[in-house]
Amino acid sequence: MRRKPPEPMQVVKQRRDAALARMAGAIPYVQHLGVTFERRGDELTTVLQYDEKLIGNPRLPALHGGAIGAFLEIAAIMELAWSQVWERMEGGGPAAEAIDAGRFPPLPKTIDFTVDYLRSGLPRDAYARARVNRVGRRYASVHVEAWQDNRVRLFAQATGHFLMPQEAA
Amino acid sequence: MGDDEDRLAVARGFIGGLPHARDLGMDILEAADGRALMALDYDPRFVGDPETGVLHGGVVTALLDTCSGAAVWLHPQSGGPTATIDLRIDYMRAAQPEKRLFARAECYRVTRTVAFVRAMAWTESPEEPVAAAAGAFTFEMRA
Repeated sequence: MRRKPPEPMQVVKQRRDAALARMAGAIPYVQHLGVTFERRGDELTTVLQYDEKLIGNPRLPALHGGAIGAFLEIAAIMELAWSQVWERMEGGGPAAEAIDAGRFPPLPKTIDFTVDYLRSGLPRDAYARARVNRVGRRYASVHVEAWQDNRVRLFAQATGHFLMPQEAA
Repeated sequence: MGDDEDRLAVARGFIGGLPHARDLGMDILEAADGRALMALDYDPRFVGDPETGVLHGGVVTALLDTCSGAAVWLHPQSGGPTATIDLRIDYMRAAQPEKRLFARAECYRVTRTVAFVRAMAWTESPEEPVAAAAGAFTFEMRA
């Protein structure tokens, strides 16, 4: 069996970044809310770019609880979806080719989502990282942590359960 | 009846003053003691799954959170601003594309410091809920 020479790192990185950008770009509400993603290897950091339209309490001012909830839910779903896409890209073969061609698996669906508001969101950028605690064939459980200036001073966290897409192929 | 209309006008002014509620085009349709009915119009910018055109769960969360906060604010014993402590959302079915999303919230119990709320969201009929919510909010008793 002949092995193909390893691809240059730049090519690999470009492919991963392109897949991530394609996934994120396809979700209108992610764009509308101003959420972006930063990638280091398979680790994602979800970023909420501050904008005046995210304010819920103009007096404080503080971010809207709904915007914070949406941001955390986006982080959880993307982490799950990205881990599935990553696996396929790494696995090679037809599954990886499908991703390269822009054919992504359907997104997981939220079953329930519980947000714990720890302190008010300041009018500045926010960051979130999600951890998939368990993913089975059907269900997944994901935890998300969000912070602003200080990684250990969380301003919100959430736990959610998701229904994994059932695919024919 | 005049009082209810006045109250609705005040509540509408309050909601209109929240930039995020305005951004999503939220409106309040009914305001009563500890109760609120709100809605937002379908907008392609709010879609979460491009394959189906279904609204993003985050939009449903934002409406349920705002409607719950409004119900707390409308509680007869409320004496100050409120903030979400915790909110749980259960998603039962997808919001129908192109349809208006409604939410009704009830602040069913308050203590001196905490308000408890339940809420429901739907597109076509309240009998077929899109999501249900249960939340705890900060509460300040009217002096």
